[in-house]
Amino acid sequence: MIPTEILYPILLVYVVLFGLLTVAGLLIWVERRSLALWQDRWGPNRLGPLGLFQLVADIIKIFTKEDWIPPFADRGVFVLAPTVIFLAVIFSASLIPVAEGLAVFDVNVGVLCFLAFSSMGIYSVVLGGWSSANKFSLLGGMRASSQMFSYEVFMGLSLMGVVMMAGSFNLNDIVAAQEKYWFILLQPLGALPFIFAALAESHRTPFDAPEAESELIAGFHAEYSGMKFGMFFVGEYAGVAVMSAMIATFFFGGWQAPFPNLFPFLDVIPGSVWFGLKTLAFILFFILIRASVPRPRYDQLFGFGWKVILPITLLNVVITGAVVLATQS
Amino acid sequence: MLKDILSVVQSTWLVFLHLFRKNPTIQYPEEKAYLAPRYRGRIVLTRDPDGQERCVACNLCAVACPVDCIALEGTEDETGRRYPDRFQINFSRCIFCGLCEEACPTYAIQLTPDTELAEYNRQNLVYEKEDLLIAGEGKYHGYNFYKVAGLAIGGKDKGQAQNERAPVDVKSLDL
Amino acid sequence: MAKVTLDSTEYDLPTGANLLQAALGEGIDIPYFCWHPALGSVGACRQCAVRQYRDENDERGMLVMSCMVPCTDGTRFDVHNDEDIVKFRETVTEWLMTNHPHDCPVCDEGGHCHLQDMTVMTGHNYRSYRFTKRTYKNQYLGPHINHEMNRCITCYRCVRFYDDYAGGKDLQAMASHNHVYFGRHEEGTLDSEFSGNLIEVCPTGVFTDKTFKSHFIRKWDLQSAPSICQGCSMGCNIIASERYGKLRLINNRYHHDLNGYFICDRGRFGYEYVNAEARVKIPRLKDDGDFKDLTEDELSTFLSGHIQPGSKLLGIGSPRASLESNFALRTLVGSDNFSNGLTQRDSDLMSRILAIRAEHPANNASIRDIEASDAVLVLGEDLTNTAPRMALALRQSTRNEPMESVTAMRIPEWSDKAARLATFGKSGPLFAATPRGTKLDDVTTAKVHGDPVDIARLGYAIAHALDAEAPAVGGLSEEESAFVTAAAAALKGAKQPAIISGTSLNEGKLLDAAANVALALTQQDKPAQLAYVAPEGNAMGTAMVGGMSLERAIEAARTGDYDAVVIVENDLYQNLLASLADSLFEGEITVIAIDHSMGATMDKADLILPAGAFSESDGTLVNFEGRAQRFFQVYPAEAAIQEAWRWVRDLMEFADQSQANEWQTLDDVLFAMEKDVTSLQGVAEAAPLAAFRAVGGKIPRMSRRASGRTAMQAHIEVSEDKPAEDPDTPLSFSMEGSATTPPPALLNRYYAPGWSSVSSLNRFQDEVGGPLRGGDPGVGLIQSPGDASVSFYNHVPEATRLTDGQVLFLPLHHVFGSEPWSASCPGIQARSPGPYLAVHPDDAGKWGLEEGDLAKIALDGRDLTLPVQFTPSLKAGTAGLPVGFAGLEGASLPTAAAAPTRGIES
Repeated sequence: MIPTEILYPILLVYVVLFGLLTVAGLLIWVERRSLALWQDRWGPNRLGPLGLFQLVADIIKIFTKEDWIPPFADRGVFVLAPTVIFLAVIFSASLIPVAEGLAVFDVNVGVLCFLAFSSMGIYSVVLGGWSSANKFSLLGGMRASSQMFSYEVFMGLSLMGVVMMAGSFNLNDIVAAQEKYWFILLQPLGALPFIFAALAESHRTPFDAPEAESELIAGFHAEYSGMKFGMFFVGEYAGVAVMSAMIATFFFGGWQAPFPNLFPFLDVIPGSVWFGLKTLAFILFFILIRASVPRPRYDQLFGFGWKVILPITLLNVVITGAVVLATQS
Repeated sequence: MLKDILSVVQSTWLVFLHLFRKNPTIQYPEEKAYLAPRYRGRIVLTRDPDGQERCVACNLCAVACPVDCIALEGTEDETGRRYPDRFQINFSRCIFCGLCEEACPTYAIQLTPDTELAEYNRQNLVYEKEDLLIAGEGKYHGYNFYKVAGLAIGGKDKGQAQNERAPVDVKSLDL
Repeated sequence: MAKVTLDSTEYDLPTGANLLQAALGEGIDIPYFCWHPALGSVGACRQCAVRQYRDENDERGMLVMSCMVPCTDGTRFDVHNDEDIVKFRETVTEWLMTNHPHDCPVCDEGGHCHLQDMTVMTGHNYRSYRFTKRTYKNQYLGPHINHEMNRCITCYRCVRFYDDYAGGKDLQAMASHNHVYFGRHEEGTLDSEFSGNLIEVCPTGVFTDKTFKSHFIRKWDLQSAPSICQGCSMGCNIIASERYGKLRLINNRYHHDLNGYFICDRGRFGYEYVNAEARVKIPRLKDDGDFKDLTEDELSTFLSGHIQPGSKLLGIGSPRASLESNFALRTLVGSDNFSNGLTQRDSDLMSRILAIRAEHPANNASIRDIEASDAVLVLGEDLTNTAPRMALALRQSTRNEPMESVTAMRIPEWSDKAARLATFGKSGPLFAATPRGTKLDDVTTAKVHGDPVDIARLGYAIAHALDAEAPAVGGLSEEESAFVTAAAAALKGAKQPAIISGTSLNEGKLLDAAANVALALTQQDKPAQLAYVAPEGNAMGTAMVGGMSLERAIEAARTGDYDAVVIVENDLYQNLLASLADSLFEGEITVIAIDHSMGATMDKADLILPAGAFSESDGTLVNFEGRAQRFFQVYPAEAAIQEAWRWVRDLMEFADQSQANEWQTLDDVLFAMEKDVTSLQGVAEAAPLAAFRAVGGKIPRMSRRASGRTAMQAHIEVSEDKPAEDPDTPLSFSMEGSATTPPPALLNRYYAPGWSSVSSLNRFQDEVGGPLRGGDPGVGLIQSPGDASVSFYNHVPEATRLTDGQVLFLPLHHVFGSEPWSASCPGIQARSPGPYLAVHPDDAGKWGLEEGDLAKIALDGRDLTLPVQFTPSLKAGTAGLPVGFAGLEGASLPTAAAAPTRGIES
């Protein structure tokens, strides 16, 4: 028998890994159906119950499609790029505390690790865009990098309020610190920038300028097909899931049951379920945003980031810092 | 600025509310949409009220076709009536624009509200004259091109068409 | 030039020209019906009305017909600026259209109809006429012309062309006012050899092409290429058109110096052999008396067994085949083993023509030169039957001299009705000496009929009458002397005299005599025009390529130790007696025949290879005046058919000749030919080479409107094939390519926006009726030497003396029937008279023959039975046999033989 202390982490790794992949895969179906509902359609409803097997069909399609590498592409980098985004997302996912104390890596600088891993995804986009040797792809890559550059700044800053309030960089501690009040109530000016940054990080509308279909015909992954395209595709959904999980973790009490004071009986439901529900809610929120908000012009995107969000974030850091200092002293 | 943000929030809310709207989608193979009689679907060749082919092989449909998917070759019977010997439509190219129908001077070529044309083999989308020719008059009733044309054909000599006088007898003095 | 203001823009127009013609030349759209650039103006249709202003201050102006107004300096007109005049023209169209039937969808003219164009141009689109329409019964007008009288708008162009221009007698305008009828007095085949032009002359669909009707395709769907008529030596330019792999239509292609606006019916309708059953499509090998089809491998096995490096090959070319095919064959077999396919007789005649051309100063006359001449002497040629287009030009030339009086009356030349009335019954000097009466007799000033030697003697005598240095001729009859005196006087008095002779009577002295007359005139500083009619489409070209005659080739095949003989597009049995031709096939020698259709020679060959007909190949022909002209492939040939020169090149591979690889395109052959044959220098310039590109690429053979691209082959394979490549020419087999006007030699379609009919030709000429923009195509290979240091030919022949009981059989040519390929077309066959024996009634009396009797003659060892036809115009003692007719192939005429005897009664 394998000792439990070895078996347990291995199991955890597999559960998180496969959980993430399954969620990412399912998201394809979730997104198509929910988008459809918001657009007064049905979405995929033919294959299997509720059209769930559409997912299987899509996966089969992606696996069996010709995996073509353009002859003009930089082959090595072209192949490497999609794996990077995947790795980045998996690393980020490994930090998420799914229930109390339950994370693949429970590190005490979890916030910093998350920031570091999630911003690695940009390499994938830039390298993919560059190695395709196609002007639209390159433009997509360029846009992604500059967008990442702008929004990364206040992604970190927006979390600083949370860190200050929790007094720890450990994600578990941060969740634990929200036992009474979720940080969304205490840190509304931190939460909003983070949500924007999360959208931008995962290239979702309205921050999907790097792959703008109407101008760049899919941008950085225009030349990708088959399984490589599939990795970008699934990577994006996994990113959405991870970002939703992070929003839940940082601002919505993670695995904590809501309203512990008003409805203490809600504690009966395990923390991981609460966490899952919260994550799902934000995923759906992401999709709702996609269904309703148009893509802004490129310069508006940056103007918004630098001129509106950044000051708000800085203001939040200053105010939070002052308040924390004041309450501590 | 605030107004703009509110408008974004409002539109997001409005979109969210669509979750509870009735869906206009028609679940196609089980339910079918109503297609108007002038819907532009499968192309047919019709017959005149006498049951004769209306098509006179004038080639106007072929030249009007923007994707060049109509090819035909006319011929004449022994009485001088012209009709298509071969009439071919490549439906794998057809875009159902209806320009052929508009160009047709005899109401022969008509589009019908039949859209179920799919085939597993593309070659089967090539329709020959016998596939196109139907027994009836289609949408436009009563028109018979040869009844208004000056050409003499079997059963209709010169001067027997609508609005025609009897042929001039060049040798008579009755001028 | 006159300064004329049209719609407040000033133009420099030729003074005296009619305003309509000049304005069309400037690209101004004035609608018209009765006017035609070759027929002139009559002002009958009232369609080309414009408003003319008297002077600057005149604001009302007056309505005039632009075709009847000469351009004069300082005049001012409104064409489109004036609403009333625009409305007037619209109303005229509406009047003309009141009785026009609702026929366009079933009318063959639809899509290239002048009436449609003009209706659109004038803006008439709704008929207010509510009453019944007038109708007519149609007439059967023969196998070529379809008649649909309902469509007539009574512009009178048909009778003006048919009667006034072409000299026809059997198409008239009948009845009057609203009942005018254009037709024959009774149903029957139209008599004129130029009846086909009615199709193009008629502005609407009254006269349409019956052969085209049987496989009708709209103009926009036709794949067309510029071509050259192969029917005779004139080299008329034609446009040949195809669809679905079938040659569908031949139309006139304007060439200012040659055919102008008209071609003959042999050229227009004699194309159907291309689509006939007799075509060969796959290489076939004789096996036990029957042919079996060969695969590519079997063919190459057979050829490698029969042609090796060092094999001794004999080549027989053909005056019907292109220069390229003949030259390729000459290269394959070597010039010592090459025959150009001309009989000894023709070969001698052609060499004589080339020799005369090389040393004689007289102008090498084109058809237009003939048309512009004001006195013409014809020696021997029955032009209507041997060179029909030249006959039509000759008919026009007879108007030149009377026209001077018209000009003196200050009637413009183009004012056709007035000019014809003023010259009614008059015709200029045309002197013809022929074996029998011709269709030009009605405009001939004086004519003499005799045997070829008589005619040659007349020629010598006329030369002598013009110039005493020329040899004198004794023993002329009174009639002949009178003819000589009159002809000499007329030629001497002419501004531009022309002399026409040719090879049709197979008499070399005729050529000399004509040259003498021309020389006598040149020495008196007359711009003498000299034209020789050659026997076949490319006889001139093959004579220039050189080589031995057919008879010598057969002799060589019998005596020399040849391994194989290659025959290119030559039916020996058409030109030689069967007994002689047979001897080629009797020996051990392998006969490889390359031709487009089965024929007597192909039937007897060991291996037959399918060559492309003129519509499936590119090549160059040299016409009677030595003008090299290129004809172009119209459509990709089916199965294994390829150009004859390509087959010959493939044979070279087995003989291990380097050209097998070097000759990839037609241009390679052309360049090699220019290098090897000095007399053919410049032949490559006859048309743009394959590398030529107009703005936008190759010249498309199909129109921009061509339909059915994704459907026409769909029943065979639903995915469309890529269009066939054409490495040989700057034309493409599709609608892709340049949208600009191609250079004249590549012009394959008359179309301009708003002008779908042949009338759009005015958009391709600098000046309406003048040369094509960019110069007329073709390159002259023969230049007349400038100085006249040559002396008269002195060998006046002795008059023919016949022994008692003998009669001289003369060759009589027929436009329908004497040219074998066109004669195999059903329509031409129907218009051909069929074999007959022409005899003088006096002679017939002597021999006890009645008209219609079957007469027996023995000729070249053959016994022939032919119906007798009385021909009073023949000289007594001569009889005529139609050339090239069934049973008479290869007859060597003229020849003296025993008088015919009465056979079976009719």
